[in-house]
Formats: sequence, structure tokens, C-alpha cells
Amino acid sequence: MAGGAAGGGGTQGDTYKEARTWLLLPTWVTLSILVLVPVLLMLVYSFLTKEFRGGVIWEFTFAAYDQFFCDRGLFGDEPCSIEWTYLNIFWRSIWQAGLATILSLVIGFPTAYFIATRPARVRPLWVFLITIPYWVNLLIRTVSMRFMLREEGPLNNFLVWSGIADAPLQMINTNFAVQIGLFYSYLPFMVLPIYAAVERYNFSLSEAAADLYASKWTTLRRIVLPAVRPGVIAGCILVFVPSLGAFLAPDLLGGAKNFMIGSLIEEQFKGNAGNWPFGAAASMILLSMVLVILMIYARQQARAGGEER
Amino acid sequence: MSRARFDVKSYPGFVQLTVLCLLILYLPLMVVAVYSFNASASIVNWEGFSLRWYADVFTGPESAKFKLAARNSFIIAITAATVATAIATLAATAMIRGGRFRLRVLSLGLISLPLMVPEIVTAVATLIFFNTIGFERGTLTILLAHIAFCIPFAYLPISARMQGIEDTYEQAALDLYATKRQAFTRVLLPLMMPGIVSGYLLAFIISLDDFIITNFVKGAGVETLPTAIFGAVKQGLKPNIMAISTMLVGFSIIMVTVSYFVGKKDN
Repeated sequence: MAGGAAGGGGTQGDTYKEARTWLLLPTWVTLSILVLVPVLLMLVYSFLTKEFRGGVIWEFTFAAYDQFFCDRGLFGDEPCSIEWTYLNIFWRSIWQAGLATILSLVIGFPTAYFIATRPARVRPLWVFLITIPYWVNLLIRTVSMRFMLREEGPLNNFLVWSGIADAPLQMINTNFAVQIGLFYSYLPFMVLPIYAAVERYNFSLSEAAADLYASKWTTLRRIVLPAVRPGVIAGCILVFVPSLGAFLAPDLLGGAKNFMIGSLIEEQFKGNAGNWPFGAAASMILLSMVLVILMIYARQQARAGGEER
Repeated sequence: MSRARFDVKSYPGFVQLTVLCLLILYLPLMVVAVYSFNASASIVNWEGFSLRWYADVFTGPESAKFKLAARNSFIIAITAATVATAIATLAATAMIRGGRFRLRVLSLGLISLPLMVPEIVTAVATLIFFNTIGFERGTLTILLAHIAFCIPFAYLPISARMQGIEDTYEQAALDLYATKRQAFTRVLLPLMMPGIVSGYLLAFIISLDDFIITNFVKGAGVETLPTAIFGAVKQGLKPNIMAISTMLVGFSIIMVTVSYFVGKKDN
């Protein structure tokens, strides 16, 4: 769904060959000016000097990156030793995004597999059921999760009523809530690509494995999983990448203590206390991480495609 | 035999996990929907069914704020979706009916860019851009940002639809002395309509729902529905917010359902 714009080959004719420059011009202009140039400008900003009431002074400096990586003591005059504050926030975000990915995989894979093994007639309906939450406002979904996890909320009521917990648990404003929020936000992204892969899987391979006395779980591990691996990897990336830069889940479910990269960046641009070059630098570091992941993915896809032929 | 096939395919526990998956996805929204009909002013206790909070949204003390936010949201979403769909339709025509050309891969990369860059990074970059060129933040900056990130969402269903249409129809029109413009407007465009409608509706929802980018590029005092809801939630979760949220969720579901059926039509 959000995995990049797919394109066909050149088999669709070239009726509008002469006009294609004009047809693409609006896209080039809009996206260059409103996405490409801003991202490059952000790179420039990360090397500028901060203005105290937000914004920048156009003087070149490494100060933003220095602040990110270097601890220079109380008076800022010591040699650089590693600054852990921001690295820890990044590390925790990676860890939480990774855990959200694993959780989504554990729930999402069986769901995708189950849907793909339904009769062809009802499959679109199942897929539609998984797709709907993706199109529902993420803010509202996160707010409803906050409602669920409140101290006097439905989940705690259920836990106390059923005797699982003796007293309401503190779930909201904890790392646990952020974790659940991330998992819940991007779960549909895991199901859809895996479903697409399992649907193409040839089930006679599973039958052949069963005929050769492979157990069900061996078949799943050794035959099904390798065959649908591209879908699994795509799902993992589609959950991991947005989780890494998430803002709403840590902000609405984690409270003030449970910062993630997204919250750190947002804080730099709010009100007068912010530091724009530092926010730009943190954004650049996040963007580089995402681009590296996507490049590894693209390369792997290209290699997998080469093997098939 | 058929029994054996069934066994090979199915795994114990997968049904339960599927149910759990749907429960996780839908339960929080359903609970909020139920509580939006609560007669109580507290969000803790259930005191019977009432439409009180829906009335409150339209006539209560905060109604003026929400009406203005809703108006902004819809004006921006309609305009952004219209412009983005027009741009995406032209782009899809070039990408799919333009033969092979060198800039094709690059163009595809550019169209996919808003999907690859994390939303918070796009938000920061767009804010920095408007700040640098001295463009005062307000409704117009929100609109421009929305147009840009709606393009890929409009492009996907439109290009998918066009790929499903053979170019023999246009060739036939051209053989019968139609100009290329006529072949485009009278033959290709009507055939593409389901894809275009589907793309338009998805772009519309994406714009209507956006919070992060809007929050960065909106000027002081300009609110859309999501930013107004976010602001209100920060003050504490109140029943009227649950009523607004439920209406917005219902609206999104209707739009996606329409988009789904239109997109499927005579494909």
C-alpha cells in the first residue's frame, strides 16, 4: 500500500510519447519544490547557527552535530567524549520499533496466512477488513488506544473484573503503552504484503512436503517461509520505518518521560525553546537511517529478482 | 483427499490469532464509539445511551471552534485532492503511455519520495522551506504541503487502473481520425474514471486525516480537525472529542468503502 509506486514495463504503448515531458512537468515541479528542495534545505539548516527564538542565523557550523554526538562538559570547553543523551533516545527508538515489528510479525503472519487460505471469493473482504484501520485517522486511533489503556479504562476494568489483576495497572504513560501503540498503529502494514506473498504461494509444495513426511511446522519453516520471504521483509520494513519516526504514539501514550526520535525532533520546533539546526540534524540522521534500510532492501529485492530468472 | 489438503494448509492457532488481530485493530475504535453515546459527563462511568455529546459538538460551547476547524479541513482536503489527482493523472499517462524513457525511473522515484521519507522529516523540511522563502504560515502552506504528499496516494490507484487498460481502444480512436487529445479525453479518461475516483477519495482522506505535517506548517490560530482534536486531547479526553472522533472514523470508513467499490467496478 505505501510500499512505493509500482510501474509496468513499456508494454502499454507510447501514444503520448511526445507529450510526456509536459504531462510530467507538474509532478516534477510540485515534488521538487515541495519535497526535494526542502529536504536539501534541511541538510543545509543542520549546519547553520541557531537563533534563540527559533529559526537560524546563516553562519556555517558543526554545532548541531557536535551537540548530538559530543559531551563537552558543564562549560562546553572539554574535548569530545561521547554524549549518550540523544544516542540513547535513538537507540531506544530502534529497539521499540524493532519490538513493534516482531510483535506485528507474530500476529500479522498467521493472520495473512489465514486470509490467503480462505476461498478466493471472500478474500477481498478479509483484506478490506484489514485495510480499513489503515485509512482511519492515526491520531484518533492513538487517542482511542489512550482511552483503552487509562487507569480507569476498559482494559483495566476488564483485568480487575476477570481477576487477572488485583488492582488497576499503570499502563498509560509507560514504555509499555508506547510499545502497544506502535504495534497497533502499523499492524495492517505487516499483514498486507505477507498476504500478497502467501496468496501467490503454490500450496502443492506443502502437500509434497507432507507426502515426504515433513511435519506441519517443518513445512512452515522450511518451505512456506522461504517462499514468502520477500513479503515478510516488505512487511517488516513497512512497520519498522514509520515506527522509528513515530510521534503520536510516544507523545499521547508515553507521556513526558518516554521520548522517541519523533518527539525529540518535534520539541526543537515548538515555541521559542527550540533549536532548529539541532532538529534538522536529528531529522537528517533519522532520514539517513531510513534511506540505508531502504537501499539494503532495494538491493536485496534486485538480487532476489535475479535469482528467479 | 480434500480433507488432507485442508489439513496441509491450516495451522492450529492461526484462526485465534486472526481473531486477536481484528480485535486489536477494531476494539479501541469500537469502545470509543460506544462511549461517545454515553449520557454521563465523565468518561469513566456508563449512564445510559444519549446523543448529548453529538449535540454538544454542533451546538456546545466549543462548537464554533470545531466548525471552523472542520471547514478548514474540508476546504483543504477537497482542494488538495483535486490538484493532486489532476497532477497524478497526467503523470500516470506519461509513465504508462509514454513508452520507455530515461527519466522514467527517476520520475517514479520522485513520485514515491513522500512515501519513503518519514512523515516527521517531511514536516520539518517543509517548515524549513516555507521559513526560508519567507512564506507566512497559514492555510495556504498547509494546502501546498498536502498537495505534495497526496500525489503518490492518488497516483497508485490511477496508474494501476491504467495498466489494466490496453491501448487498443485509443489506437482504434486514432485510426478513426481522432486527434490524440480527443483519444485522451473521450476514450482513455472515461475508461480511467474508476481509478481516478478511487485515487481522489484516497488523497482526500489522507489530507483530511493528516496531523504531523499540518501541525508543523500551520500558522498560529489556524486549526484543522486533527490539530483541534490533538489540542483538545492534550487538555484531557472529553466525551465530545469521542463524538467528533467517531463521526470522523465513520466518514473515513464510508469514503474508503466507496473508493473500494468504485475501484473494483467493471475491472
